[in-house]
Amino acid sequence: MKQQIIISGLGGQGALTLTRLLAEAAAALGCEVLTSETHGMAQRGGTVISMIKVGPFRGPLIPPGRADVGLFLALKNLAVHRLYLKSDAPVFVNSPVPGDFQNIDAQGLARQVGAAVAANLILLGFAAARRGLFCGVELLEGLIKEKLPPRFRETNLQAFRLGVAAAG
Amino acid sequence: MESESLSESLKDKKQQRILMGNEAMARGLIEAGVSLAASYPGTPASEILQAVPGLAQEAAVALHAEWSVNEKVAYETALANSMCGRRAAVSMKQVGLNVASDPFMRSAYLGVKGGLVVISADDPGPHSSQTEQDSRFFAMFAKIPVLDPSSPREAKAMVGQALRLSEKYEIPVMLRPTTRVCHARQNVPLFEPQRLERTAHFQKNPGRWCATPQYLRELHRLLNQKIAEIALEEEFFPVLTPGDDSFPGVCLIASGVALAHTWDLLEEMALLRRVDLYQVTMPYPLHRDFISHIKCHYQRVLVLEETYPVIEMQLAGDQVQGRGTKTVPGEGELTPAVLRQVLERFLNLPPAASTAPPAGEATRPTLCAGCAHRAAFYAIRETFPEGLFPSDIGCYTLGLNLGAVDTCHCMGAGISQAAGFYRAFAAAGEKVPAIVATIGDSTFFHAGVPALINAVFHQARFILVILDNATTAMTGQQPTPEKGLTAGGGQAHPVLLADLVKACGAGFLREADPYDVPGFVSLLQEADRYCRSADGGVAVIIAKHPCILDREARKAQPAWEICVTEDCTGCRHCLDDFECPALSLDEATYQVVIDRGRCIGCGVCVHVCPVGAIKAQVKE
Repeated sequence: MKQQIIISGLGGQGALTLTRLLAEAAAALGCEVLTSETHGMAQRGGTVISMIKVGPFRGPLIPPGRADVGLFLALKNLAVHRLYLKSDAPVFVNSPVPGDFQNIDAQGLARQVGAAVAANLILLGFAAARRGLFCGVELLEGLIKEKLPPRFRETNLQAFRLGVAAAG
Repeated sequence: MESESLSESLKDKKQQRILMGNEAMARGLIEAGVSLAASYPGTPASEILQAVPGLAQEAAVALHAEWSVNEKVAYETALANSMCGRRAAVSMKQVGLNVASDPFMRSAYLGVKGGLVVISADDPGPHSSQTEQDSRFFAMFAKIPVLDPSSPREAKAMVGQALRLSEKYEIPVMLRPTTRVCHARQNVPLFEPQRLERTAHFQKNPGRWCATPQYLRELHRLLNQKIAEIALEEEFFPVLTPGDDSFPGVCLIASGVALAHTWDLLEEMALLRRVDLYQVTMPYPLHRDFISHIKCHYQRVLVLEETYPVIEMQLAGDQVQGRGTKTVPGEGELTPAVLRQVLERFLNLPPAASTAPPAGEATRPTLCAGCAHRAAFYAIRETFPEGLFPSDIGCYTLGLNLGAVDTCHCMGAGISQAAGFYRAFAAAGEKVPAIVATIGDSTFFHAGVPALINAVFHQARFILVILDNATTAMTGQQPTPEKGLTAGGGQAHPVLLADLVKACGAGFLREADPYDVPGFVSLLQEADRYCRSADGGVAVIIAKHPCILDREARKAQPAWEICVTEDCTGCRHCLDDFECPALSLDEATYQVVIDRGRCIGCGVCVHVCPVGAIKAQVKE
């Protein structure tokens, strides 16, 4: 199996958590995995991007036009990072406004349940339930329980399931 | 390095773990029996030492891990551990090696006993650094061997290789990962830690360990001999993935992550195993027989490496192309997009149709909502609109968004530059502007102290604001010496900033919380009067407020309910001159609105609104 994924967001939105979860999911399926992340100054609210490459790759970066799927935590990042995606790649965007992508108001839903920081998991649940990712909902839910900090477990699971439910 | 046994071990999920490159190197240190690891945080190297205490504890390995006060101190501490026959490691970002360059250079001559691995993480791009210098060049300059990993898995394996090589030749060995290795994650095999159980034994030998000039010529001869022998080590002969004669007389030579990108690109272009591809794992000293092999067998050679032409220079010849010959761009990161164009040109292939639309503008980083640095910078700029603001390296470099940072050079430079600016104006007989230097607490400990002593002693006149947030924030909340905590979270002996400043001889020292903007402004005015008084000098203000990313500290401070009243005139003062990410302008009403998701209720903006339209209330 091969899949190349980008996760685009702003520092603090939780792109790193999603990157880690997807890497763990790949390993749980017995696949080779490589990821790339943004650390340092940009984490203070600047544009960040993570790349996840599942399968027999050696380098952690995805060339422009080669990503199979995109998760956007910030709508405005489409202009910055859409270039990494194949023209027919599914794009999941945290946005109350629809467009030429699959949108979910992850931020709004997160606020409704009082977990503004868990918008990332809502978007993940949405993308997984829409079958955009190499891994399924059940595997990710198990990893959220197992790999994320226990004190946020219920909030995280609630958020993830909200995203799954919204996928319709 | 992709051996059969490695693939075998990866099939067993229990023996592998997803690790970030930096964590993989930390695990490598544990597995190789290192007994001391020292570092100073800096992107992209910070997570190496960060991971060490936890991994050591998990493996029940006794090890001393420390966040040293700076890289030079870290290097010397690790070096002495090695001089006692025990394995040691020091890690830093590439510009940290500049700070540690003094002990680094001499340690090549004097050598080591227990293995010493020097991890210097480069940042091609650069993404989070003040240069994109190549540590491999530094290794070559020092005559120290250097290994160049292409992935987290290799980086971990190379820790062990480096330590064995170091012990065999009694020489420090550098491991040079780059950002894309440090911050990549990969499934990495785990091995049982080596338990070396070595006692500490220091063999006195003044001719070596205190080598005066009379001994150094001989030590240099020995060093030259070591390097010549290391250049024949079979283990580091570049690894060939042979082609199929589609490109006779042509080869690609790559190292580090450039090799990994090249591999994936060749596969994508259906060229893998059609052109000879060498991976160089030890860029310096380049294997001697490899150099002659390349010269004998190839007419056209392309070298792909980051960031300077280290391999290319050692191969030097008319058939060799790379960054030096401009076949590869002379600066910047070798991303897959850059490498693809280089490969297409070099192999005379038609360029792939470019489908990528131009990238839009990225969002710039900003100080967090509620960050006390913002309050301090706002007060400084409002008090001295015509001021001159030298600053330093850390989160607070973002004060440039607020017009309160005019220079950012290297660790500790802001204080020396403030003294230099004062001299320039004073000596030219011109009116001296208010000079306000800012520096973080960790940076002050790192390199600010000698600069402050020098400024006080030479009677410079400026204001120094030490932004004391009780942590090394930018790199991930490492404790400063004032915190009194070890890298592993244990008790250490705290060294207080105020004590240090007094001992440096500063004649004016106050501490204040910059959240109280009016109070901070009057303190700045008082400091300015001191600087300009007959017997004035350096005035030091310690701006004390914990980093709001520290959960406990944030819980301990009051959170106000902030609202904007109808009085808001849309003048943009709070947006342009205060730049809190929780404030924005509602285009419809042309009034400022608060983003409840981002506002932490610090209440500082109340002091900022010129018409008093921002109000803070006690939360219901």
